[in-house]
Amino acid sequence: MPEQTRWAFIFLLPWIIGFVIFTAGPMLASLYLSFTDYNVIRAPELVGFDNYEQLMRDRRIPMSLGNTFFYALLHVPLLIIISLALASLLLRVGRAAGVFRTAFYLPNVTPAVAIGTLFLLLLAGGGLLNRMLDAVGINGPNWLTDPTWVKPGIVIMSLWTLGSTVIILFAAMRNVPIELYEAATIDGAGNWKQFRHITLPFISGAIFFTLIVNTIAALQIFSEVFTMFFTSRSGPAQDSALFYTIYLFQKAFQDLDLGYASAMAWVLFVIILVITAFQVWGSRRFVYYAGDDK
Amino acid sequence: MTVSGGVGGAPPPASLSAAAPARAAAAPTTKARTPGWLVKRILYVAALFGATLIFVFPFVWLVSASLKTRQTVFNNELFPFPLHFENYVRIFEVVPLSNWFINSTIISILAATTVTISSALVAFGFAYFRFPGRNILFWLVLASMMLPGAVMMIPNFLIWNALGQVNSPTFAPLWAGNLFGSAFYIFLLRQFFLGLPRELFEAARVDGASYPRMFWSIALPLTRAALIVVFIFELRAAWTDLLRPLIFLRDLTLFTLPQGLQYLVKTYNPQVGGQGEFHLVMAASVLITLPMILVFFLAQRYFIEGIATTGSKG
Repeated sequence: MPEQTRWAFIFLLPWIIGFVIFTAGPMLASLYLSFTDYNVIRAPELVGFDNYEQLMRDRRIPMSLGNTFFYALLHVPLLIIISLALASLLLRVGRAAGVFRTAFYLPNVTPAVAIGTLFLLLLAGGGLLNRMLDAVGINGPNWLTDPTWVKPGIVIMSLWTLGSTVIILFAAMRNVPIELYEAATIDGAGNWKQFRHITLPFISGAIFFTLIVNTIAALQIFSEVFTMFFTSRSGPAQDSALFYTIYLFQKAFQDLDLGYASAMAWVLFVIILVITAFQVWGSRRFVYYAGDDK
Repeated sequence: MTVSGGVGGAPPPASLSAAAPARAAAAPTTKARTPGWLVKRILYVAALFGATLIFVFPFVWLVSASLKTRQTVFNNELFPFPLHFENYVRIFEVVPLSNWFINSTIISILAATTVTISSALVAFGFAYFRFPGRNILFWLVLASMMLPGAVMMIPNFLIWNALGQVNSPTFAPLWAGNLFGSAFYIFLLRQFFLGLPRELFEAARVDGASYPRMFWSIALPLTRAALIVVFIFELRAAWTDLLRPLIFLRDLTLFTLPQGLQYLVKTYNPQVGGQGEFHLVMAASVLITLPMILVFFLAQRYFIEGIATTGSKG
């Protein structure tokens, strides 16, 4: 083996070991477990496709998937649109942008559990959000117990941490060549036209990145919601807040139904794979790369 | 995800370099002289100020609620009087909060240190050396970033369980996996190593430096900023994680802070049938958030530039 190759593998060794033990091995193991009945105490017992058949009949599967998709479909577009708006504003205030950017990012360093407890207070029937809605004459629902409004409430909470997306999009916007805007201004293009035909195409790579990352994250939302709604096994509006990873956690670590939970995990894996593939495929039509590979 | 070119051929990272070009507000300067510019600018700042209020106000609210009593915690008054600072003492008496603090600190520092070192090693391996199979292996790194944690979660639990590390005071399941690097950080650091001029290393080779020496004395010092980014990102991730402590820790004294806070909500939140001492839950929320805010203000530049760089590598 050439010296370079030998040294390369010495440097790569930690990752190779880790990949086999903690990624590839466990993936295959959970695939195997998904075809077994297993509760840690007794050895896994092969049951064929039983878990997957059971999955089809479990009403909590479509329920939790529906909740998760509902959340993701509301959360991701709102996140990106509001972040785009804030980033565009930042671009127009010069040096002051730094201060605002810091303020926007602050919620992102807050632990998810603390966010959950804080919003138990803010979203409560007589909480701050409803007091603010009162002020403009809207009689707000109870965001924590009304099944219709539980998920919109969670979306509102999730948007509090959009700071990192603003920073990514703002950084991309700063890289748009000034000359393009200058030329467009001379041609008489207004703000909206410039945004639509210069900014958006130029930052489409960054938008695509935030789209993929946030979709994958949204489909696995857990900590805040678990803290808010699932500290007990039953509670108001739990059906409405039951997201897929929460149900998976309950099956795996509260019911110790590890075979069934493994089947659920693989279903989630395939769903994420399909959605990501679809987004990558779709991006070929919308993402514009400005000559280099950035 | 595009994998960028060969060693040394990638563009240097846009930010985090000492001389990041100050191009902020590039667009508006061209219109700076038109009438009404000042009015517009004031409107923009006002809008941003409004948004800032929305982002910062919940923190004020949190602190305010933490200084109320059991009866007044839900009353929506911004300025409670008198201020009940004793909540912050009480909370240490009713739960082993100091244990949780120590546990979280140990775990976060171990997790951040190990992942920074191991990811840097692997990233250097990918950035510097040319060897057969490099592209396939790097593609595997990228692909593993997309995997949902749930697919590995159960077997990982079984591994640590078999090793007797579940509910163990070594906290191994919460940091030892970081000894093997982490895909996202490997990806990030590789970009930075690629940005270093290859001549630096060639010169060191001529002087007879070994590869470990080049890694340690050239690559690491020159990418210090990126290493700090990795460290604080993982520090934050470990400090805020709930799922893994829930899976791996059982004894109240072994809990991490987020796990402890979750336990407090269960015990004290009246809305889920707890004992109604929600003001104590709020005090605990402040205490678990505060260290991260301090770290953020100390390392602000690294947080922000790190996030910005993440996007531009997409």
